[in-house]
Amino acid sequence: MNVERRRPVPASLAGVTTSRRGQSPAAFDAPVKVAVDGLNFYYGTKRALDGISIQIRSNLVTALIGPSGCGKSTFLRTLNRMNDIIPDTRVEGTVLIDDQSIYESRVDVVQLRRRVGMVFQKSNPFPKSIFENVAYGLRINGLVKTRAELEGRVEESLQQAAIWEEVKDRLQESALALSGGQQQRLCIARALAIRPEILLMDEPASALDPIATQRIEELIYELKKKYTIVIVTHNMQQAARVSDQTAFFWLGRLVEFDRTDKIFTAPAEKLTEDYVTGRCG
Amino acid sequence: MSTRTLEWIVERVLLLCALLSVLTTAGIIGVLAVETFAFLRVVPVLDFLTGTEWTPLFSSQKFGVLPLIAGTMLVSAIAMVVALPMGLLSAVYLSEYAPNNLRRVVKPILEILAGVPTVVYGYFALTFVTPMLQQVFPTLSGFNALSPGLVMGLMIMPLVSSLSEDAMQAVPRGLREGSYALGATRMQTALKVVVPAAFSGITAAFILAVSRAIGETMIVAIAAGQQPRLTGNPFVPIETMTAYIVQVSLGDTPQGTIEYRTIFAVGMLLFVMTFGLNLISTWLRERFREEYA
Amino acid sequence: MRKHADRLFQALSMATLIIALAALGVLIFDIVKDGGSRLSWQFLTNIASRNADEAGVYHALMGSIWVILITAALSLPIGVAAAIYLEEYGTRSRVARFIELNIANLAAVPSIIYGLLGLGLFVRIMAMGQSVMAGASTLALLALPVVILSTREALRTVPSTIREGSYALGATKWQTIWNQVLPMALPGILTGLILALSRAIGETAPLIAIGALTYIPFAPDGIWSKFTVLPIQIFNWVSRPQPEFKVNAAAAILVLLVLLLTMNAVAVVVRDRFQSRGRG
Repeated sequence: MNVERRRPVPASLAGVTTSRRGQSPAAFDAPVKVAVDGLNFYYGTKRALDGISIQIRSNLVTALIGPSGCGKSTFLRTLNRMNDIIPDTRVEGTVLIDDQSIYESRVDVVQLRRRVGMVFQKSNPFPKSIFENVAYGLRINGLVKTRAELEGRVEESLQQAAIWEEVKDRLQESALALSGGQQQRLCIARALAIRPEILLMDEPASALDPIATQRIEELIYELKKKYTIVIVTHNMQQAARVSDQTAFFWLGRLVEFDRTDKIFTAPAEKLTEDYVTGRCG
Repeated sequence: MSTRTLEWIVERVLLLCALLSVLTTAGIIGVLAVETFAFLRVVPVLDFLTGTEWTPLFSSQKFGVLPLIAGTMLVSAIAMVVALPMGLLSAVYLSEYAPNNLRRVVKPILEILAGVPTVVYGYFALTFVTPMLQQVFPTLSGFNALSPGLVMGLMIMPLVSSLSEDAMQAVPRGLREGSYALGATRMQTALKVVVPAAFSGITAAFILAVSRAIGETMIVAIAAGQQPRLTGNPFVPIETMTAYIVQVSLGDTPQGTIEYRTIFAVGMLLFVMTFGLNLISTWLRERFREEYA
Repeated sequence: MRKHADRLFQALSMATLIIALAALGVLIFDIVKDGGSRLSWQFLTNIASRNADEAGVYHALMGSIWVILITAALSLPIGVAAAIYLEEYGTRSRVARFIELNIANLAAVPSIIYGLLGLGLFVRIMAMGQSVMAGASTLALLALPVVILSTREALRTVPSTIREGSYALGATKWQTIWNQVLPMALPGILTGLILALSRAIGETAPLIAIGALTYIPFAPDGIWSKFTVLPIQIFNWVSRPQPEFKVNAAAAILVLLVLLLTMNAVAVVVRDRFQSRGRG
């Protein structure tokens, strides 16, 4: 980041973005998948999100950027109600997924989380075999009836997560024996197994080396054909590389939300420009 | 069954199990209270609490509990004379002086000392400590308060040591460094800074130790005798509240008789004393935790 | 001068530790000296007898094993369930705070009081008589606070990322606890259970209070059978005036200590074994 500090618009970032975009044109007129309106979020009395309104479209990759503590992760976790498990938290405003509010009392959180998968910052495989990690979600949700079906879904998910070739001969080995990058792709496979519609990724590559990171990014690129992806990232080059749209958070507010190339080349807000060029944050 | 119903049922079942502990307390109080009230209908409460003779198993029954309380206090006091200074000093040593690897060796050994069954300590007091003491004090009776008191102190010392050490460890490093920076020695730092700072935690440990001593049963049942006696003389046989309960339990006292009820009345007294001490100890510990939270 | 005082104080503190450890050494030496020669296969397989030389601990040893197994069967599920409630469900609620305070106080109630509860509740009201079941129920109540506290500590070592990973896959709270949290906490739970049981197996007073000190010349054949246990047999022999019985007591103490040592060793093995497996 330091190298680019003085340049108003880092050409390297913009270059990567456009070259990638050329390979697979993003459909910015795709239907709205997630519509958030006037979302406030509180930890106890502390307000962590302030009036967030945003529309996330199907089959696009939406990146959430901003400095630590700006609320981007908190926002991500409101989309599958993961914050419910933290005591003393409160949500105001509406979040609609396919025009259905997810914070109504009759909504089954378990059903919601089946539709909205999540991958965490630190890979968190269960201390079980590779196979069992992927099979877990299928089993508890009763999604498969036969052993053959289960094995089929496990293989399919591992293939989608581009890890099948590496693990197909050792499915019964402990998932903890895998490398960090493999563990993270296993966690992606685990999330894909229950066939979600939306995939939330909370800094999925922050703990990985550059090569493992590149594999994850390529994977994201593949996955957006089937899934709507929302990714939190600290790394602005990464946001520029993988996303179609970018939302910039600052102190719990959504400062700017636009096409990624616009955010990085011609942001409307001074704050955004300062942040993406490394002048602040 | 839907998942939600199952979740609801599971939570209620778990809560029920957790509430069993409350039921246990209620059960203890209930069982003790019923028999104690039946006992107090026959023996006026003042006679019970202030009487100086305890002879429920003789034909001329007297129900003054003071001799049992005196016996309990005497043995507990002797135990505390051993357990408190020894426990505190060893805690100071372990917390302020001992290198880490020594602590790693010593602490498990102290745990063994605390984990030896009390009936074994009773054997030790009766067959080893008493004969040994008799060589020093020829007037010492075969059953007495001194020997079980000393052994009980040894048994309780690890409890005092480990709880006090925990309290001292919780004292922020900065306080110690401040003291060293002023040129204080380790002893001065330990005694003038660490111990006072950990005072409520250490007091909690002391109170818990007293409670343990009052409730300890087998050592005194084996080595202190069965003669309720209002005395402060540690050389003669006495009887504690706990030993009395054991003594009656050994015989076949029929349910519903006044003798049977005496053990519940004595038990109630014992429960009230220890529960009170435990509450104070818990309260002090909470306060200590808040100080350094 | 100040240096001198510091040295002296350090020596004094160290001396208290040495005295305590030496006392433990003397205690063990004394018991081995008194009872070591009495230990034999016959001593383990003979039942109690009026004749000190023929008496053995078979029935008491079997009684101890019966009682401790039933105690484990009762206290493990209840203790773990209670701990799960307090750690995973009731966090911060008023009910949970009250229960916690209650457990902390129960842990310090003298064991003989539990004996009186067992006598009034299990032996009389529930009419279990002086059976293995009544004894084990009493000891289970006594062991519960320890099982609950150690289980809570074991649950706390399971990282929250595991819980989140499970929830994110659409698992319910109970599915998460049953499939992910409990298996990971199991070694810690079992270690805590064994330590609680090793305390319970040495308990004498509560079992005397429920009236288990009658002459029982047989090993239990079921949970409703009458019984005696090692510590009670030891107490019985210690209380006899004849020195031969004191020798028997010392030998029985050795049996009890070996049993305790074995349990503690098992606890250590369980802990280490699972620990090396779970890390990655």
